Amino acid sequence: MKLARDEVRHVATLARLELSPEEEELFAAQLSDILEYINQLNELDTDSIEPTSHAVDLMNVFREDEISQKFDPGIWKLNAPSEDHGHFRVPKIIESEG
Amino acid sequence: MEYEVVIGLEVHTQLSTKSKIFCGCSARFGANPNENTCPVCLGMPGSLPLLNSEVVNRAIKAGLATNCTIASKTKFDRKNYFYPDLPKGYQISQYDMPIAINGRIDIHVNGVKKSIGVTRIHMEEDAGKLIHGENLGDQSSSYVDLNRAGVPLLEIVSEPDIRSSEEAKKYLGKIKAILEYLDVSDCNMEEGSLRCDANISLRPVGRKEFGTRTEVKNMNSFRFLKRAIDYEVERQRQILEDGGAIIQETRLYDSDRDMTMSMRSKEEAHDYRYFPEPDLEPLVIDSAWIEKVRASLPELPDAKFERFVEQYDLPEYDAEVLTASRQIADYYETAVKDAKNPKTVSNWVMGEVLRIVKEQNISPEQCAVTPAMLNDMIGLIDTGVISGKIAKTVFEEMAKTGADPKTIVEQKGLVQITDTSFIEEEVGKVISANPEQVAQYKAGKTKLIGYFVGQVMRATKGKASPESVNRILRQKLDQ
Repeated sequence: MKLARDEVRHVATLARLELSPEEEELFAAQLSDILEYINQLNELDTDSIEPTSHAVDLMNVFREDEISQKFDPGIWKLNAPSEDHGHFRVPKIIESEG
Repeated sequence: MEYEVVIGLEVHTQLSTKSKIFCGCSARFGANPNENTCPVCLGMPGSLPLLNSEVVNRAIKAGLATNCTIASKTKFDRKNYFYPDLPKGYQISQYDMPIAINGRIDIHVNGVKKSIGVTRIHMEEDAGKLIHGENLGDQSSSYVDLNRAGVPLLEIVSEPDIRSSEEAKKYLGKIKAILEYLDVSDCNMEEGSLRCDANISLRPVGRKEFGTRTEVKNMNSFRFLKRAIDYEVERQRQILEDGGAIIQETRLYDSDRDMTMSMRSKEEAHDYRYFPEPDLEPLVIDSAWIEKVRASLPELPDAKFERFVEQYDLPEYDAEVLTASRQIADYYETAVKDAKNPKTVSNWVMGEVLRIVKEQNISPEQCAVTPAMLNDMIGLIDTGVISGKIAKTVFEEMAKTGADPKTIVEQKGLVQITDTSFIEEEVGKVISANPEQVAQYKAGKTKLIGYFVGQVMRATKGKASPESVNRILRQKLDQ
């Protein structure tokens, strides 16, 4: 499976990555190789195998509906690049209204 | 050309669990910003979600109450997009295996029952809240509060079965009633615990294929839902009539300007790249679990509606108003106990009680006139102690002071006068003071009886029993 340059650009945009033309070229080739490698799995006949959504054979893992706050209430600030008025401060978000 | 309106609604409701869906932080509204956060809902690397079992229970409840099939296997998926109110860069939601599918909600429109299909119900986490710089701090920034991030949500998606803004309102009202009856959500539209988006399209009457649709967001009250749909339908109708084409897009309703506006979002904004959430194990829901939840369901709005019509012999309109909320239904059932005429009680609840609830913006439980007090007052009317007219005064006094009706009647001397000799005396006075009207009455203008009754009631300050006054007046005048 060969990945086209514009597909790489699309994925990069979704991931908010800016790529140079050279990088687009390079990653198109590398990503294609990765996909090709993974595609080997398609050679297996899985018709009689039930699909799973999880690698571990566990189900119905729950917690009870109880409040437990084990962390300091100020913990949110620790990794915040900027905070003010008790809030995370981020660059202004412009609502994309027309 | 005649067009048919086609509407599907997506309703989001916050579940009123104690804790969030994937961590032990409080899910309550109104804490200080970012107070209810931890590494899980902050999206810290290495933290793992752990599912709140009560969220699943409530989702099953909502599914059963809307006649859905509950999935025997279900799972969570990641919906990927970037926005500052979404700390992980993805929302944990359900994509191709929702917990409930193929349901039905019945509504009454102009006395006719109509079923609206429920496509699916799924569980997901809410995002945080963004405050723009105009409202806090400096203009060039936005501010993020993640208290709401991770609060459990149900998304209820309808089939495109809705044909008017009126039906949309009824459908949303029914969902609200069901969720309130189930006690799974506060359903407070102002606080955002009940939100609604509408997919709207038009097609020429008789055509099978759907027209191009727009999605309208930001309708945070029943009134705005109706207005936004009406606006959008009219906008599309005009474009189509002018030979134009509808652009598939998301539009925001602006209640100040009463119009919808295009949100020009980039194409890839809708490329969510869903994939199974590897941090959460799948769910298997067996019939024992489903039956246990089914057994815990309360009487639901439709069943209560039928029972009110049957048991209290109420008009359908009354039954619908009274069962629209569980609290009002409970209020009515306490107030109507042993009452001679359940319809009279319904009039009091729909008229006076709901007026106070609306005026003071309170819940029926907070009304100064408790259902027990109203029940006592109805008893006073039924036993002839006070007239229905005097009851208005008693009710106002109860609402003002919270005193019980018997005390008010005694203190204010409002006991109805049934003393025949006293009434006869008053009737005699009115007859001799109005010879002209008496002559007209005797000449055949019998409608004047109302005038005489009014005069006697005025003379007795409304305390005379209207029945006695009527009877005695007729006796005297028809002699």
